[in-house]
Amino acid sequence: MKPLLLWSDVLIYLLVFSLCAFFLRLRRDPQIREYWRQVFSTRVGMVTMTIILVYVGIALLDSLHFRRALEPVAGSPHGEVFYGSKVSSVLDVMMDGMGERFEATYSAPFALDSFEKQDMKDDAGHTYRGFPPLEHAGHHLSNAEERWADVLAKSATALMWGVLFSVLLIGPQWFFLRRSPFPWSASWVTQGVVICLSVWLVSISRYYHVLGTDLGGADVAYQSIKGIRTGVLLGTLATLIMLPIAVSLGVMAGYFKGWVDDAVQYLYTTLSSIPGILLIAASVLLFQVYIDLHPDFFSVGLEKADARFLALCFILGVTSWSSLCRLIRAETLKISQLGYVQAAHAFGVSHQRILMRHILPNVTHIILITFVLDFSALVLAEAVLSYIGVGIDPNMASWGNMINGARSELSREPVVWWTLSGAFFFMFVLVLAANLFSDLVRDAFDPRSGAGRSAT
Amino acid sequence: MSALSPPVMQVANLRVDVGETGEAILKGVSFELRAGEIFALVGESGSGKSVTSLAAMRLLPNALRITGGEVRVGNEDLFDLSEADMQSVRGERVAMIFQNAMSALNPVQTVGEQVAETLRLHTRLAGDALRKRVVQLFAEVGIQDADARYGFYPHQLSGGQQQRVMIAMALACEPDILIADEPTTALDVTIQAQVLALIRGLTRSRQLAVLLITHDMGVVKNTADEVAVMYRGEIIERAPVDAFFRNPREDYSRRLIAALPDLSHFHESAAEEALLQLDDVKVYFPIRKGVLQRVVDYTRAVDGVTLKIGRAETYALVGESGSGKSTLGRAILNLETVAGGQITFLGQPIHSLGRRAMLPYRKKIQVVFQNPYSSMNPRLTVAQIISEGMDSLGMGLTETQREDRIAALLQRVQLDPAFGRRHPHELSGGQLQRIAIARALAVEPELIICDEPTSALDVSIRADVLALLQELQREFGVSYLFITHDLSIVPSLAHRVGVMQAGRLVEQGTAEQILTRPEHPYTQALLASVPRVDSP
Amino acid sequence: MLAYIVRRLFYAIPILIGVNLLTFILFFVVNSPDDMAVSQLGHKYVTPEAVQAWKRKNGYDLPLFFNSQERGGDALTETIFFTKSVKLFAFDFGRSESGRDITTDVSTRMWPSLAVALPTFVVGIWVNICVALMVVMFHATRLDRWAVFVFVGLMSISSLFYIIGGQYLVAKTWKLVPISGFNGDIQPWKFLLLPVLVGVIGGIGSGARWYRTLFLEEANQDYVRTARAKGASELRILFRHILPNALIPILTGVVIVIPTLFMGGLLIESFFGIPGLGSYMLDAINSQDFAIVRSMVFLGSILYIVGLILTDISYTWADPRLRLN
Repeated sequence: MKPLLLWSDVLIYLLVFSLCAFFLRLRRDPQIREYWRQVFSTRVGMVTMTIILVYVGIALLDSLHFRRALEPVAGSPHGEVFYGSKVSSVLDVMMDGMGERFEATYSAPFALDSFEKQDMKDDAGHTYRGFPPLEHAGHHLSNAEERWADVLAKSATALMWGVLFSVLLIGPQWFFLRRSPFPWSASWVTQGVVICLSVWLVSISRYYHVLGTDLGGADVAYQSIKGIRTGVLLGTLATLIMLPIAVSLGVMAGYFKGWVDDAVQYLYTTLSSIPGILLIAASVLLFQVYIDLHPDFFSVGLEKADARFLALCFILGVTSWSSLCRLIRAETLKISQLGYVQAAHAFGVSHQRILMRHILPNVTHIILITFVLDFSALVLAEAVLSYIGVGIDPNMASWGNMINGARSELSREPVVWWTLSGAFFFMFVLVLAANLFSDLVRDAFDPRSGAGRSAT
Repeated sequence: MSALSPPVMQVANLRVDVGETGEAILKGVSFELRAGEIFALVGESGSGKSVTSLAAMRLLPNALRITGGEVRVGNEDLFDLSEADMQSVRGERVAMIFQNAMSALNPVQTVGEQVAETLRLHTRLAGDALRKRVVQLFAEVGIQDADARYGFYPHQLSGGQQQRVMIAMALACEPDILIADEPTTALDVTIQAQVLALIRGLTRSRQLAVLLITHDMGVVKNTADEVAVMYRGEIIERAPVDAFFRNPREDYSRRLIAALPDLSHFHESAAEEALLQLDDVKVYFPIRKGVLQRVVDYTRAVDGVTLKIGRAETYALVGESGSGKSTLGRAILNLETVAGGQITFLGQPIHSLGRRAMLPYRKKIQVVFQNPYSSMNPRLTVAQIISEGMDSLGMGLTETQREDRIAALLQRVQLDPAFGRRHPHELSGGQLQRIAIARALAVEPELIICDEPTSALDVSIRADVLALLQELQREFGVSYLFITHDLSIVPSLAHRVGVMQAGRLVEQGTAEQILTRPEHPYTQALLASVPRVDSP
Repeated sequence: MLAYIVRRLFYAIPILIGVNLLTFILFFVVNSPDDMAVSQLGHKYVTPEAVQAWKRKNGYDLPLFFNSQERGGDALTETIFFTKSVKLFAFDFGRSESGRDITTDVSTRMWPSLAVALPTFVVGIWVNICVALMVVMFHATRLDRWAVFVFVGLMSISSLFYIIGGQYLVAKTWKLVPISGFNGDIQPWKFLLLPVLVGVIGGIGSGARWYRTLFLEEANQDYVRTARAKGASELRILFRHILPNALIPILTGVVIVIPTLFMGGLLIESFFGIPGLGSYMLDAINSQDFAIVRSMVFLGSILYIVGLILTDISYTWADPRLRLN
């Protein structure tokens, strides 16, 4: 095995660590601690946070990439190992080979046969049209009638294991946190459900395709789960890339006013006047041209996809910084008028120190609110962009690509609904959790609760 | 006053608590209102006086809930009525006026329409008759050119006129009872006196029963017939006004009364040497117009002010909102560009100094702002706030020296040194203002500009803060430029007084001169509206 | 007011120049005129002469930003950037890379876009206001809390799902209207119904939630308490006091999108086969036709700036506090 470090992997781990550091720092401030307490003292806050953490956890596991060593080929120099071009992640290992069980083409959830008729030969060698049996589904069954009984039995076993795992994982939490004032039980229930579902999914996937397979025969459940990393990373990285630009420009415009303000306003008005989707599309296309012209930069296909993905994050960040910049500028203008900034001036405090000590800490709540609000918007945007063809590289698993690949199939009879459903479901759960959570964060951190976001 | 007429409204044992926590806000409040009399309910913020009026009208915010008592109007208990019946009581039998008329009036409806709406709700008037009645009401409350004012929006009227519109709206359906919740708090003193006179006149002419809610003892003294003092959800003392001021029973009442100005004792001005000298100082803000945004004119915020402040002297700069007094303060601090004239501190001109050259003077001139809540960075601890000036102005202290100094300063402003670790939002307004004073003192200034430092504080706390300022003056010999709109705190504090109007200093002199023998008509008007203890 | 509008229009010019500059830089950083010529001519017939001829024919034979061979002002004007930009400012969009006249395409295609976008916009606002008002009437009850939850749920659904779901249910399963297409002659409303419906439903979540916060913000204002003290009923307060006040931010918030309605919706138009500007852009993106993309960027920017100016005007017009000052 040889670990492979993608740029996005590095970034996401850096991001997670810096976020942890950021929150630990914030904890020192009692007022901010009080806000967080407000967020987490609700059941909704606990449940949504748990779901978000599960998604982030999956994304992190999926960001530990490696390439497997190939079997030594006879005749190769002794001791030299070659690595396959296929990249796997820790998550793939945990899913127990779910992603390696390919079929020929579409198959319905829990199906035993393919979805499309094919020419087949019977025992006597006659050719006929029929549904060929799937390669990785239901081989252990002696006859097709037993299927649902078998599914039930296997589910029951899986559920038992799930409950066992849940008890093992939640038990210690209960022991340490039972006197905590927060509604942990809501989180535990969520954790339990998630654990049971994943145990069930992994164990039953050995025998069936729970969400069927797509056009290329890949397992839809596996694809949907692989889409999590893309969604989570895009949602966080794009905002993170724009944060430094938006914050520094916004703060400077609001604090120094005058020509700095004029310049910053000109910049963001110009950028936001370009229809966002066109700017994104144009930039992505141009970047794609660049990648195509320089194929030698990337050793495996995934690296190419990763480069495009990072470019997309960057472009989304650059095109979306103007709204945050505007908010920060307005807030800075307001803070600059407040007594404590005036007092700092009267004390002869330097501009730099006023910015760092008085302005910046007092706009962090806007940054935080924007971060959580934009997260869900970006996840949704990814699907649309991929659909238009300027999103994630088609070789990278993403919900948008799944939807894009499946949209024409609704006109089939019977309908191929599972690919769409899989993608929509996983996306919906994440976005709903993020939206509900961001509502709570906003209510807690912004006394005027969401007002004025569109007013400026 | 008058013989006891039967009560028009009886509030008995009114109880209100916070629905969620059960915390009691009103703990059994009882009083009655009589026709032709003004009953004043006095208290500081949080005493429950506004809640009392809202509860009586069943207009409490959702978080609060009435848990007991009754409000009797005639022979009905308002708490027994249906919501629909209650709506016909509001505005028709019991009317209300609120403080800050600007926000209490609907900004997108004309004032005439707003008064007409009350009439439409409770009478059958319509068309011309309705309009005529509204105009008539406007005339009655003293709105000039009443017919033309019908189509005005609230923002087109002055604060005093807005409050008159509120009164007209309240009186439209000839109610028996008027509840006035801080009706003059947001108004300048001269306007305040006129509005109160109007309410008093209407009470007599219409035989209204008035519940006047206020925090201002001066208003009570000049307006009310009977007074009740509220403290933490209870009425602790209740008496006819004359008896109350002559002989208050409770300590708390006595403290409230003591906050009224005493015009018989003044501070003597002792200083000869000028610490700060202003010569014809002007601060202009440009007005830009047209396509090219050319400067066509200037707002003359400060228009040629000349004054002098001596060592260990307090100079009170008095004026109404918009008179330019705060701008002048900021100009002295070099936070505003001076358009003309000269500011000299100890003989050195400082108005044109650059950021760096100004630094030595920043140590000498400090400031305390009006709103204690916004003048402290909420993200810093109290110790960090106090040490800010020491750090930036380089007092050259070691870590321990600095900590000792912070502790000493906190003690000096009568706070526990343990406060150093707290954050501003954990403290009360009075505590915060003490910290603001400590912050200013930290760099050992010679002049502190106090910009309305007590106007956001309750009366009883206000007196403590003012006393502290005077003590510090005696101890450290620091001078104050005390900017205020409130003439009533001047006598206990100032050596010299300047009166500002529209950017100009219309009159200045010793405190005694200005407060006892004002010459300028504006000063006389200001003074006339200040309530005082010794007035008959 | 007039002076103000004129000034705003003047401000628009540097912004448009900036937009142009940006798109130019974006396109020519990776795609030089030679590359364009090569990709247009097709790789088979590329000779240096052919490339030069193509560049001359399409006006790409000049330097990008600065012509060092010319003197004075001509050094700036005799460049690709200047010649191409000036044409854009005159609304001459030139020809697409497939040779069609972009100006004609735009002027024929904006009407179908508008036919879908305008009803979606108007009906959408109306529905959102109604829904929000109903929710506000039940403020602080369980119904209100659930409504907010439902709004957030609706917001969390991808717009693709609304479109695909709408097509599947209404057109395919129930067979009520045609799945897609646009035909101006026979009952055009039949083709418009579904896209408009999908557009409106897709917007309820975020729209109604936003309006609800605006209404509630107004409901906390002092004048509402005054109206209660007058004896006005809750319904009257809602419609006579809260609604007119809340309409000001609603109006000024939506005005900015009115000009951009011409641009249509990318997704809706491509899914429903409406020959508007949205699908035009999408086709251009997919066929990498930079001439069209550049023109549409310019057009979009102009419309956005018009929207900004309209927002300011509507602000002053709708709010008496600003109108009468």
